[in-house]
Amino acid sequence: MTVTLAHYLVVSGLIFGIGVAIALSKRNVVAVLMGVELMLNASNLAFLAFSRFSGAFQEGTEPLAGHTFVVFVLTVAAAEAAVALAMAVLIYRHRETVDLDRISVLRW
Amino acid sequence: MSDQPVPRRPATPMAQQILDRGSLLDDAKRLPSGVKAAGAVFALGFLAVNVAIAYIVIDGRLDGHWYDFRDLGNAIAQLRTELDDTGTGPWLSYWVTGLIGGVAILSFLGGFLLIGSWIERRLLARFQIRMGPNRVGPFGLLQPLADALKLMQKEVLIPIGADRLLFFLPPILVFIPAMLAWGPVPWAPNMAYLDINVGLLYVISITSLSVLAIWMAGWSSNNHYALLGAMRTVAMMVSYEIPISLSLLVVVLLTGSLNLNEIVAWQGSHNVWMAFLLPFSMFTFFFSSTAEINRTPNDIAEAESEIVAGFHTEYSGMKAGLFLAVELGNALLVGALFATFFLGGYTMFGLEEWVPPYLILAVKATTGYFFFIWLRGTLPRFRIDQLMTFAWKYLIPLSIANVLIVAVEATIAARWEAEGIVIYGSFALVNLALTVYAVRAWARVIGYSAELEHPEGPRTADRIGGLKAARQIRTGA
Amino acid sequence: MDSTGIVIAFYVLSAITVASALSVFVMRNLVHAIVFLVMAFIGMAGLFVTLSADFIAVAQILIYAGAISVLLVFAVMLTPLASRNNGNSLYVGPGALLGAAIAAIVVFTAVDVQWNELTGAALEARAFPDTIATIGDLLLGRHVLAFEVASVLLLFALLGAIVLVTDRGAAETSEDAEDPAAAGVTTEEAR
Repeated sequence: MTVTLAHYLVVSGLIFGIGVAIALSKRNVVAVLMGVELMLNASNLAFLAFSRFSGAFQEGTEPLAGHTFVVFVLTVAAAEAAVALAMAVLIYRHRETVDLDRISVLRW
Repeated sequence: MSDQPVPRRPATPMAQQILDRGSLLDDAKRLPSGVKAAGAVFALGFLAVNVAIAYIVIDGRLDGHWYDFRDLGNAIAQLRTELDDTGTGPWLSYWVTGLIGGVAILSFLGGFLLIGSWIERRLLARFQIRMGPNRVGPFGLLQPLADALKLMQKEVLIPIGADRLLFFLPPILVFIPAMLAWGPVPWAPNMAYLDINVGLLYVISITSLSVLAIWMAGWSSNNHYALLGAMRTVAMMVSYEIPISLSLLVVVLLTGSLNLNEIVAWQGSHNVWMAFLLPFSMFTFFFSSTAEINRTPNDIAEAESEIVAGFHTEYSGMKAGLFLAVELGNALLVGALFATFFLGGYTMFGLEEWVPPYLILAVKATTGYFFFIWLRGTLPRFRIDQLMTFAWKYLIPLSIANVLIVAVEATIAARWEAEGIVIYGSFALVNLALTVYAVRAWARVIGYSAELEHPEGPRTADRIGGLKAARQIRTGA
Repeated sequence: MDSTGIVIAFYVLSAITVASALSVFVMRNLVHAIVFLVMAFIGMAGLFVTLSADFIAVAQILIYAGAISVLLVFAVMLTPLASRNNGNSLYVGPGALLGAAIAAIVVFTAVDVQWNELTGAALEARAFPDTIATIGDLLLGRHVLAFEVASVLLLFALLGAIVLVTDRGAAETSEDAEDPAAAGVTTEEAR
């Protein structure tokens, strides 16, 4: 019994799919954001799995480029969450709702 | 300031009782002679054993052996190799040593929780010229046990409209980070439960997890006070995590490692405490920690006079007891971390060769705990807007400036070939001067000025209260 | 990666993570969904540890479980009329279908492709004993431009969040709208 790259990729794909489903089918802005965060997390897992397993690079430090990518993804996720949640609060202030089905006009 | 004597206060029966009671020394003098002799024999024997131990240690016969009690990590390492030699595979040694370490941490903390609340209540009582708990057992020592029994017997109430799942979980969830964060604390060179490279980040991240448990407790209680307390806590903890991280980043800049063991070893090998080198970081860490663990002066999360008990208003019985226990344990944890980062951890300028290092760390950690109690007995509470302003407008800009300054200094230290005392002595002086200057200058920039309502100057504590005033009343001076 | 401990840890952690992520989708209550999301984040951090990515795992706990979840909590608490409802929109059918399709494609690819991967001793040899120093070198060496861009991005996100949530009418009176958290507290108390 052993764990290979495919195992991690399967988990990553499942979580990415769940994230897509959440992001597309939820009504609340915050819930949509949660789906996006899950998708980013799944991509992080794939990055790290490739950097651990891949045989394409044999040098000592080369594989850690995957970790560097994950650092950037974390940064972007934090920035995106902050701005998106600020926008959610702003939308609520203007429209008294965060229901995406009801936010159907581009300007008000 | 005039020096007129304090007028003698009318003695209430309680105050009279305190005045009539002698000091601890008088109690000791009144002991029967048999007890005194036994105590003297014990003290002498203890001294003799210590001298013998010190002789063996200096002799060099103990170094690196598993029975070297100066570092219990050696014994564990020895046990691990012996278990590995039995041929059952690495899982056995892994589980056995892991369980031993976990049980050690848990029993240490449990013992402290038993004695800690007694210490806190007695000391607070001393600060306020009261007696403190003194009925159960000698000196009231069994009071925590009685409290625990009482809490366990109490009914566990669940408020109407509470979210049952989320109401049940927080006392457990808040306990887990408080235990886990003890992992990387090094008690001796080889005696850290989790000797990991990311120790410092691990500590920060694990302690930040308790925010969610507190929020769950407040939200699920279906109580306005609990919700207010929880939101205050979350806002405060999230804000004060930034100054804490920045002040610890400065420590990492100088030592060049995130491993707690190496941070302590750096301070030991350079014979300097971070507290001398980085006074501003030390202050920032200490103050922000009081916000992180909800202690005075930052205990607005459970301000009794404003919101009943904050986020654990609705908890009763042993669940409330768990919250209180976590609060105590966190105070000691912050004391230990403070000692590790800023007071040299288990090192004491060479004393660690003579005394077991874990005892040194324990003394330093309890000293930190004593400071927390002292603050609680002395300072009033901040308002929430004052706290937020202090974090965002004051601590964070100054911390960023501090990071810049120390980065320059670390670069200089890497290139300047001089005696350690010259380099770090000059750094200490520069940092101290800069800290004093920057704190005052920045306070003026953001528009804070001290209110001079009492131009005759503040009255010192010994004239309005405290033990010295009590002694003055007692002696009639 | 074939020692029993890692295999057990992988299966337990991935079960926790996937189950928590599914619970986020299923839960009717948004607050419960956030709690399960945090559980998914922590399980994910555990998976990172099994990949010997200690720094990333700790950063994951610090950023996702400690900071982003708190932001989510604040967003939920500041929008009371949203009634903590995690309901589905009209697109739940197509959305779930698309998610399942993407997951199926990725899973099929992962299982079907013959990956050029390390196994056995070569895999054990690449166990990343100390990732932090190397990541630091890479961030400030080869990827320094991306690093700078990321920091600029963070700065603009900070500014943008402040500008967005600052109530212009109240900006003159309230002084502590420094960040969403602090601004949130003032609005919460004013209400």
